[in-house]
Amino acid sequence: MGILDKEFTESNIIITKFDDLMNWARLSSLWQMTFGLACCAIEMMATSASHYDFDRFGVIPRPSPRQADIIIISGTVTLKMALRIKRLYEQMPEPKYVISMGSCATCGGPYWNHGYHVLKGIDRVIPVDVYVPGCPPRPEALLEGLLKLQEKIRNESHVKKQV
Amino acid sequence: MAELKTDHLVLNMGPQHPSTHGVLRLEVVLDGEVVIDVIPHIGYLHRCFEKHCEAMTYPMVIPYTDRMDYLASMYMNFGYVEAVEKLMNIEIPERVKYIRVIMGELQRIASHLVAIGTFGIDIGAFTPFLYCFRDRERILDLFEMTCGARLLYNYMWIGGLSHDLPPMFIPELKSFLKDFRKNIKELNDLLSYNKIFIERTANIGILPADTAINYGCTGPVLRGSGVNWDLRKNDPYSIYDRFDFEVCVGKGEIGTVGDCWNRYMVRVREMEQSCLIIEQAIEQLPEGDVTSAIPKRVKPPVGEIYFRVESPKGELGYHIISDGTVNPFRVKVRAPSFVNLQILPVISKGYLVADIIANLGSLDIVLGEIDR
Repeated sequence: MGILDKEFTESNIIITKFDDLMNWARLSSLWQMTFGLACCAIEMMATSASHYDFDRFGVIPRPSPRQADIIIISGTVTLKMALRIKRLYEQMPEPKYVISMGSCATCGGPYWNHGYHVLKGIDRVIPVDVYVPGCPPRPEALLEGLLKLQEKIRNESHVKKQV
Repeated sequence: MAELKTDHLVLNMGPQHPSTHGVLRLEVVLDGEVVIDVIPHIGYLHRCFEKHCEAMTYPMVIPYTDRMDYLASMYMNFGYVEAVEKLMNIEIPERVKYIRVIMGELQRIASHLVAIGTFGIDIGAFTPFLYCFRDRERILDLFEMTCGARLLYNYMWIGGLSHDLPPMFIPELKSFLKDFRKNIKELNDLLSYNKIFIERTANIGILPADTAINYGCTGPVLRGSGVNWDLRKNDPYSIYDRFDFEVCVGKGEIGTVGDCWNRYMVRVREMEQSCLIIEQAIEQLPEGDVTSAIPKRVKPPVGEIYFRVESPKGELGYHIISDGTVNPFRVKVRAPSFVNLQILPVISKGYLVADIIANLGSLDIVLGEIDR
């Protein structure tokens, strides 16, 4: 972040236009890592399939974390899996974003009380940008989560140093 | 000249791999590109179903059964509630029995559609996946219309159902069945008799019938090997003895009996048979109240029961032990995917790395059910 922060200390027309261009490019082609955990993964698949068509928002599944911009944590995260997810997240190149899909990934869901083996929220391991509630969330809810993420990216600045 | 000595290479596949159908890790031992051994490592989605059951009352367990085989939630409910009803000796209304069968068979179609679609992706055909999900969405619409949920329903309750069928359900279902027959034909043209698909699946991963029986395989995996065994016929539960349908087995018209293609084809044919069952059930569907037999308090007498149903993946068994309280003492699940997965090393040995993917896809496993 902050490639030109020495030259430009305040916003001006060049910075804002450059930011707009970068953000527009970034939010329009969020490549998603093909990574399903549990029940929510099926709804994630349904979202990318014919009826809901994730592709129209520029979300294309990539099998490797090295090529992905966004990881959707879709399902119950067990303690055994949490370490692997952390490693996968670390393998992704910057800038990277995380959507926590469903109750299980957000807080443990129905396994909150008796699930000694379930991580109570993926945000204890990796930083989360957008939480999508539901068990499982409808595809529309996931699309809404993605639009929220795009909104967040639209307001980022790459030129100015982030405070 | 002395033969060249080769070393074995251990390759790790998963838990993040697009073709492992969830979080399964395979430890593959290779000699060049030939598979020497495959060791599946499970437990990445262990959700402790049995421990949860001990802490819940009987009706509270139903949502957890949904989350085991999340591709066939209706059938998971089906097995559990029928088991508890048997344990409590509840006589359920006729209408409930018929609606359960309709829902169960619709769920079988939906589950097989996902199995076929993802199998296509594993092999490299993306388009059939979109076609399968198009049809699956219509089934999900029917479920949503009935109980408000798309994937995890909690629809079947002990002694009845949460909701009756809405008025538009039967006309919509009939129009779906009419279209779906055509779509199966389309699917056959697109995938089943596709030259590339046949090359990738025929004569790959041959599972002889006796091995399948010895390993305890059930469902399409067993029937793909030519064994005529379906609990709906061989040990009829609910009202399956009232319907006329045939058990689909692998016939080996392409490839060998017991290979990936035959296991796949059993699923396609089963979808047609499910359509037949649903049509018969619609015709016989009686009127009535679906909630009348739901008990106010579920407290089975001391005893135990093992009840098994033919889920889309195979024989699903619930062993419930009751100690006379409102909580089950123990609920043990015989999960078909768990048993079917152990056949993977047997059918993969001697084939190439790419064939592991085909074998795994043809077994149609669900990790939620394996790890529970």
